[in-house]
Amino acid sequence: MAAPQLLAAEAASSSRSLTITLFLIFVAITLGITVWASRQTKTATDFYAGGRQFSGFQNGMAIGGDYMSAASFLGIAGIIALYGYDGFLYSIGFLVAWLVALLLVAEFLRNSGRYTMADVLAFRMRQRPVRTAASVSTIVVSVFYLIAQMVGAGALVSLLLGIKPGATFLGMDADTAKVATIILVGALMIIYVTVGGMKGTTYVQIVKAFMLMGGALIMVLLVLAHYKFNLSALLGDAAAQSGKGDAFLEPGLRYGVETAGDAAKTFYSKMDLLSLGLALVLGTAGLPHILTRFYTVPTSRIARKSVLWAIGIIGTFYLFTLALGFGAAALVGGKNITAQDKAGNTAAPQLAQQLGIDYLGGDTGGAIMLAVIAAVAFATILAVVAGLTLASSSSLAHDFYASVIKRGTASERQEVSVARIAALIIGAIAIALSIFAQSLNVAFLVALAFAVAASANLPAILYSLFWRRFNTAGALWSIYGGLTTAVVLVFFSPVVSGSPTAMFPDQDWHWFPLSNPGIISIPLGFFFGWLGTVISKETDPEKYAELEVRSLTGHGAH
Amino acid sequence: MPASAERYLEVQNSEEFAQLRHRLRSFIFPTTVAFIVWYALYVLLSAYARDFMAIKLVGNINVALVFGVLQFVSTFLIAWYYARYAAQKLDPLADKILHDIDEKPAAAATAAEGSQD
Repeated sequence: MAAPQLLAAEAASSSRSLTITLFLIFVAITLGITVWASRQTKTATDFYAGGRQFSGFQNGMAIGGDYMSAASFLGIAGIIALYGYDGFLYSIGFLVAWLVALLLVAEFLRNSGRYTMADVLAFRMRQRPVRTAASVSTIVVSVFYLIAQMVGAGALVSLLLGIKPGATFLGMDADTAKVATIILVGALMIIYVTVGGMKGTTYVQIVKAFMLMGGALIMVLLVLAHYKFNLSALLGDAAAQSGKGDAFLEPGLRYGVETAGDAAKTFYSKMDLLSLGLALVLGTAGLPHILTRFYTVPTSRIARKSVLWAIGIIGTFYLFTLALGFGAAALVGGKNITAQDKAGNTAAPQLAQQLGIDYLGGDTGGAIMLAVIAAVAFATILAVVAGLTLASSSSLAHDFYASVIKRGTASERQEVSVARIAALIIGAIAIALSIFAQSLNVAFLVALAFAVAASANLPAILYSLFWRRFNTAGALWSIYGGLTTAVVLVFFSPVVSGSPTAMFPDQDWHWFPLSNPGIISIPLGFFFGWLGTVISKETDPEKYAELEVRSLTGHGAH
Repeated sequence: MPASAERYLEVQNSEEFAQLRHRLRSFIFPTTVAFIVWYALYVLLSAYARDFMAIKLVGNINVALVFGVLQFVSTFLIAWYYARYAAQKLDPLADKILHDIDEKPAAAATAAEGSQD
């Protein structure tokens, strides 16, 4: 077999030490920034919202850094490399979703809220029940997402550092290295958040976004140069190498798969695709770690500008993954990729290595490119988990501790101390759950986080902002109703039990046929919100007047 | 600083604010419906019209790829157009209302000074 086997050559150990060196440099720089940020962090606004002093471009980059997870970078490139077109189809939902954030959420949230999603939801409602519900949903969404990222990080490290089953690295075998990685990633994210707050986390995300875009751009240019900037030639080669021919360039190999002779299976598979698409498009604007980013800029106009930047950056990135995925299919080949990782997560690093070997001076160049992209992947994971930890600890401190427990009597200083402790606790819980789940297939948790965000959070946010009649009962019904429906349906779906790729493949209690609950749970979330509202008599026209005027004009904005 | 409840109600009921609300909602709601329908059409065609999506247009570039790239183009265009619309039609009106909230408090409202957080 030729070079594509990741780290097959003697370049392996030099690449490994280079990966670790680059990663340590990233850690050193980001820790330096974190310590610097901690000196600038004095008030609650500094801790929760980074002092609201970021520019539109900075926040746009940070949104990109917060949003483009390892699942986006390695996952989508891998799906394209193995299944062709469907990986591209998957990425599009993540981009279109930003229009919901731009048109319906970002500016109004920035104008009327302060630190968390609940600030807007509870604006004209009874504080304690609504903030409790928002806090529960924030933590559920963030922790699901967090576990998926951390387990993914653990699995990646042995692949990227080339620790094969049976082999050891620094005296650790692959399983120990996995656990060590989860603990290391968890410890770093706790430090970023507790020490640096939103300021530190934002800079980590900005640095990561530059690294990710830079690394991806180099690879894209090399891939396109290889095909003399002829996209059709790249596609043709990818299709030929995949062994699937033209089908590789068409939808249907991964999502909405048609099973000949099994009409029910085909039907459910296609419904699953629609359900996933709906959750992706409507989920983004309900993700708490994304929503809190809008508070880091001085005004709603700058929040708008930052979403525009984010759309540009994220869109460009997903177009890059198209070239990366098809490039990996053509230049590395599906067989070599699945030999490393069945899910295809190593497609991008393997492509980097191959491009380095071909264009940047043989094995050394390959080792350098691989090390760079592996370090980018780690940076990507760290930036995302830090954002998730910050969002959930902010909600725990600002919504649950300050409003529910202390009923608004806590001082800023107390609130921030509690937020720091909350980050430590949530981080520790996430580490423990991730270690417990490390051998289970929990990739579905990302889609579930989007589904809960779309089913529970988005209805409550939109009704709050735009529906005069909406009230406490409606908010509670939509949050708890949407959340419960999504989680229960997934619990009884084939991703948890009853299929070979399930979380518990040896058990079977599934009765819900779809892997993605969105197509049921999102309409139900909106329905519950409506029903809860109309069966309750509560209305508060004065508070709605205040919310509407403030959200549209920015009057009294924090 | 937040104004009084009466003042907010008064502003909310003003003609200018109604105009701002109308300009905003008549843009964001139809546009949201449009891009969701456009995206749903793309996903539905990917699921149910695979022969159509497979038609090759130029070389190996087929309808599916062009349709997918068009989703990017439409997203960029809508974002750009909204920014332009907002800067021209929404921001100046919002600024004027914002200015008037504190500058022109109605006689009735000046007495009751609201204080929140």
